[in-house]
Amino acid sequence: MDLSVDIGSLRLSNPLIAASGCYGYGVEYADAVDLSTLGAIASKGLFLKPREGHPPQRIVETPSGMLNAIGLQGIGVHRYIAEKLPELRRLRATNIVNICGVTLDEYVELARILSDAEGVHALEINISCPNIKEGGITFGCSLHGTFDVVSAVKKVTHLPVIPKLTPNVTDVASIAKAAEDAGADAVSLVNTFLAMAIDVETRRPKLSNIVGGLSGPAIRPIAVRMVYECRRMVKVPIIGMGGIANAADALEFIIAGATAVQVGTANFVDPFIWSKLTAGIEDYMRRHKVARIADLVGSIDTSTREKEWVSS
Amino acid sequence: MPLDVEARVIQNTRLSPDYNVITLAAPEIAAATRPGQFVMVRSSHGSDPLLRRPFSVFEIVRSGGTVTGLSLLSKRIGVTTRLLFDAVEGDVISCLGPLGRPFDAVSPPAEAWMVAGGVGLAPFATLTEALQERGTATTLFYGARTGGELFHLDWFAARGVRLVLSTEDGSKGERGRVTGPLEQALRQTSGEIMIYACGPEKMLEAVSHVAGKYKTPAQVSVERVMGCGMGGCYSCVIPVREGSGQHYVRSCLAGPVFTAADLVWD
Repeated sequence: MDLSVDIGSLRLSNPLIAASGCYGYGVEYADAVDLSTLGAIASKGLFLKPREGHPPQRIVETPSGMLNAIGLQGIGVHRYIAEKLPELRRLRATNIVNICGVTLDEYVELARILSDAEGVHALEINISCPNIKEGGITFGCSLHGTFDVVSAVKKVTHLPVIPKLTPNVTDVASIAKAAEDAGADAVSLVNTFLAMAIDVETRRPKLSNIVGGLSGPAIRPIAVRMVYECRRMVKVPIIGMGGIANAADALEFIIAGATAVQVGTANFVDPFIWSKLTAGIEDYMRRHKVARIADLVGSIDTSTREKEWVSS
Repeated sequence: MPLDVEARVIQNTRLSPDYNVITLAAPEIAAATRPGQFVMVRSSHGSDPLLRRPFSVFEIVRSGGTVTGLSLLSKRIGVTTRLLFDAVEGDVISCLGPLGRPFDAVSPPAEAWMVAGGVGLAPFATLTEALQERGTATTLFYGARTGGELFHLDWFAARGVRLVLSTEDGSKGERGRVTGPLEQALRQTSGEIMIYACGPEKMLEAVSHVAGKYKTPAQVSVERVMGCGMGGCYSCVIPVREGSGQHYVRSCLAGPVFTAADLVWD
């Protein structure tokens, strides 16, 4: 069975990627998991400089999901290269580095710096974090902004460029198209849904940041729909995510049109989820006589549904 | 290396209408646990509650010299603690651990003064055993709302731990907060003391303040809202001193045990 997938020029040994912001820098999990067995690790979002993030409380549990407003606490790109990459190289991890900026120049600078660093395999451009006011999501919420960031980053790097898209727009597929037009090698979606929770006893928001991003199984059907919509709009590979908690969930995204998937919240619950997902996908491939996972991508069969739709 | 064990409930003892001690058959985790470390408990296989909850390991349970499991001291306040309270023998609870930075047990001539508030008693059974092995004289300052919520006193007394009790309603021991008797004792001693504290954050802050006032080192075990326990989510951060400012560190990796003087209290 062949689980490998291609994201632009990058070949992943399997389609399972640890989602940015949900796996630290990867090294945190090295005691528990052989990092080389993951398709890739999307690093925690990195700015040029270290950031402190928001004060606690940073997460709230909600029905079948959670809100987070971490605020992109992070060590900055230079410390990542100096302190984390050597270990990640030694552990033979495939590293997709998630980059965040306030200005277009910051994204370009980050892309330049990381393109020269050994052990970086792709760049995921964070234009979708709902938890910081400036930059980032401002680009991701407009067609021009998305186009401008992606084309500027593409000019300075040989690495595959993967903008990570926000679902907090009217039409995510048109944003995906803008990214593709700008030269994106793939798109990843979705980031979290802007959301909030209030303590009715105190009438205070539960998060210090007032609002945060919703993730977990609660968002999965919306995320699947968005991947499906993007699949029909763009040709580049899609990395799908949103509430994947088992192999069937991952397959749902792949069948909807995702070439690879990211797993975030479910890893918090079960850090050993990766081998279980792989086993479940392999079992499915055996049962359905699928030799290559790539053959499943976008294999959704809507023919009967369309007929029913027409006849009703 | 943390392990994820589908642990059978061996015993569940209700101590009061809110408190219980639940014993889980997770010998692999128990054998590797050091005093002050915690486990992440998942009490459902659905998505409510979705996330695990952290619990200090209370006792390492042995049978005929063999480690057979670990117990958790729990107070019913939320969904997971309610499930733990209601669990019956034979139920299966997923348990991930051991996790976190443990207490550093002192040796004689230093004395150990443990300060527990309510369910903050949890890490002090394993710490007591570690201190016993070193022959360290140990005192437990133990405070609760009421006398009916002071548990396992015989367990600690049987291990030679001196007990100093306090309750907010005065029904047992001294009336008031646990920091009252602690400060009184610090004022009177000239010996070398290490304070260990676990309880509500306001109590930890007060203990840290008193420890600083009497120039006594203290290790405190904090509890923050935790998502994963592995360093992945960055939710459980706590501010520590750094130069002239402060810096958020993850309490699951850098803690839950911190040197009191390093922490900045909000």
